[in-house]
Amino acid sequence: MTAAGPATEPYATDLCIETTGLSKRFGHQLAVDGVDLAVPRGSVFGFLGPNGSGKTTTIRLMLGLAAASSGSVRLLGQEMPGQLREVLPRVGALVEGPAFYPFLSGAANLHRFDAADPRAPAATRKARVRSALERVGLTHAADKKVRAYSLGMKQRLGIANALLAPRELLVLDEPTNGLDPQGTREVRSLVRSLAADGATVFVSSHLLAEVEQICTHAAIMSAGRLVAQGTLAELRQDGQARIRVLTPDAGAAAEVLARLGLSAAVSVPGSNGAGDVLYAPLPAGVPPAGADGAVAPEAVVAALVAAGVRVRGFATEQVSLEERFVALTGEGFDVVQ
Amino acid sequence: MSSEKSSPSVISGAGVSPGHTPGGAPAAETVRRGGQSRGLLASELGVLFRRRRTWAMLCALAAIPILIAVAVRVSSAVPPGRGPAFLDRITQNGLFVGVTAMLVSVPLFLPLTVGVVAGDTVAGEAGQGTLRYLLVAPAGRVRLLLVKYAGAVAFAVAAPLVVALVGAAIGAALFPVGPVTLLSGDSIGASEAMLRLLLIAAYLAVSLMGLSAIGLFMSTLTDVPVGAMASTVVLAVVSQVLDALPQLEWLHPWLFSHYWLDFADLLRQPVAWDSFLTNSLLQGGYVAVFGALAYGRFITKDVLS
Repeated sequence: MTAAGPATEPYATDLCIETTGLSKRFGHQLAVDGVDLAVPRGSVFGFLGPNGSGKTTTIRLMLGLAAASSGSVRLLGQEMPGQLREVLPRVGALVEGPAFYPFLSGAANLHRFDAADPRAPAATRKARVRSALERVGLTHAADKKVRAYSLGMKQRLGIANALLAPRELLVLDEPTNGLDPQGTREVRSLVRSLAADGATVFVSSHLLAEVEQICTHAAIMSAGRLVAQGTLAELRQDGQARIRVLTPDAGAAAEVLARLGLSAAVSVPGSNGAGDVLYAPLPAGVPPAGADGAVAPEAVVAALVAAGVRVRGFATEQVSLEERFVALTGEGFDVVQ
Repeated sequence: MSSEKSSPSVISGAGVSPGHTPGGAPAAETVRRGGQSRGLLASELGVLFRRRRTWAMLCALAAIPILIAVAVRVSSAVPPGRGPAFLDRITQNGLFVGVTAMLVSVPLFLPLTVGVVAGDTVAGEAGQGTLRYLLVAPAGRVRLLLVKYAGAVAFAVAAPLVVALVGAAIGAALFPVGPVTLLSGDSIGASEAMLRLLLIAAYLAVSLMGLSAIGLFMSTLTDVPVGAMASTVVLAVVSQVLDALPQLEWLHPWLFSHYWLDFADLLRQPVAWDSFLTNSLLQGGYVAVFGALAYGRFITKDVLS
């Protein structure tokens, strides 16, 4: 999306975030286990996973808040945490929810965090704080004590903090937590506009719909491991198309499917007494509506009917990203361990 | 590594062009960094002294000389030799309210308030979650620790000063102020006596440096500020208890509270600086040891709060 200019640090790759074998052990538990993230420059990268899957710990390791047990992190082409002072002023972050001094106003909080950055020019601080607050729609509450902020307002203030200076990378951990639908939409459009300005945005979320709407790339974490990553299209393609058969003659249908080479037919008890539901993955390369090949969907129907199977429902479907997500991370959003 | 920061993909998050331009002179950079550290220190002091808790503690300290002065004023003459030292001299000279109040607050009130501030330094930020945002700003761990200690020191200076000044003010309001007879028998004028009062406040501030460093170290050990505060205050009490046990006489010169009450030397003419120097050396040693421990702990600490 954006090419590194001649004046920029030489990037070994065009990766904004690159982790290699990143691991973090807490006592006996591996919270992050050999994660190899590759976040391309200019992408909006969704970092998905159920609660407790190690997303926030990974982010802490990336930002140098915690030390990795093994593995390495490169941020904007530079080693972390070794070159933290060079890298972090170019990174805006919202980590594990917003946190502020409750007895200070929203604007005073931003002043405080901006003063902590030795690279942030004091002369423009006031203007930068004001426009960051404006960008998240908090101008009216700038002088209100944060104690009196709602969760959604704190979340906005946290995002404003990430936007205090020009950033090449934004790391937003669950940015829409606590926001109402309107606020969620605003964050989505904010992320899009940041990406349009050329920043790489790394968004962690446990909400798949959110990621599907704004991201170009995604990675999926489960129990501390990275189980998939790539562009959204790639992630969807990894999940095959499949057929779905509703029939009371599950046994016979499974036999027919097996004869056609469609193995691993999974049967799920039907919900309304109409019979069982069988799923069978179509071999890769066969389009769901394809007319050629031995296992074209219509050929499956014909074979089923010819074998006397009472077909009450038939469909071909593409595995959705959600099913892919669930398949990778396990059914239910149980907190891991 | 080059300090080049410009890139075509830099976005102006706040709509303002960045202050650092490509190829900025290194010298200018250094100068600005110095200024920026003062910026963080100013911010730290601002946060400390805009807190209601800080003011509540300073008010509580200010109440001590007021209570003493009022109690002496409304009661009949204090029989000499009873009550805290100097108490019987207040009616003759109001400036002794400040001295008496400082003496009274040394064992508990000053260590208590300083322990609260020093124990809160890192743990308070961690418990509140703001530590992670300071660190990703990036404040720099060493810079943040130094600024945090400076904040604790600022309070350790302010606390005895408040007691001294409020004491002098209420003393002047309720009692006559005149030449002060020193412990050596010499007499000095009121303005010189005021100077001695400030000298005692400075002595106490130095006395609290070691405790502040201990509090800073305690603060790096936990994310629960109350734990760090309590343990710091408990250590101050333990040190004074050990100091009172004659069996541990060999240990006494090494206890950070050993010289806390030895400011009487400052009320001699000429001033005897021995205890001031010994105390400063001891406190410096505590600052070095606990500062190093705090550094060692904080520099490698996983910030998970």
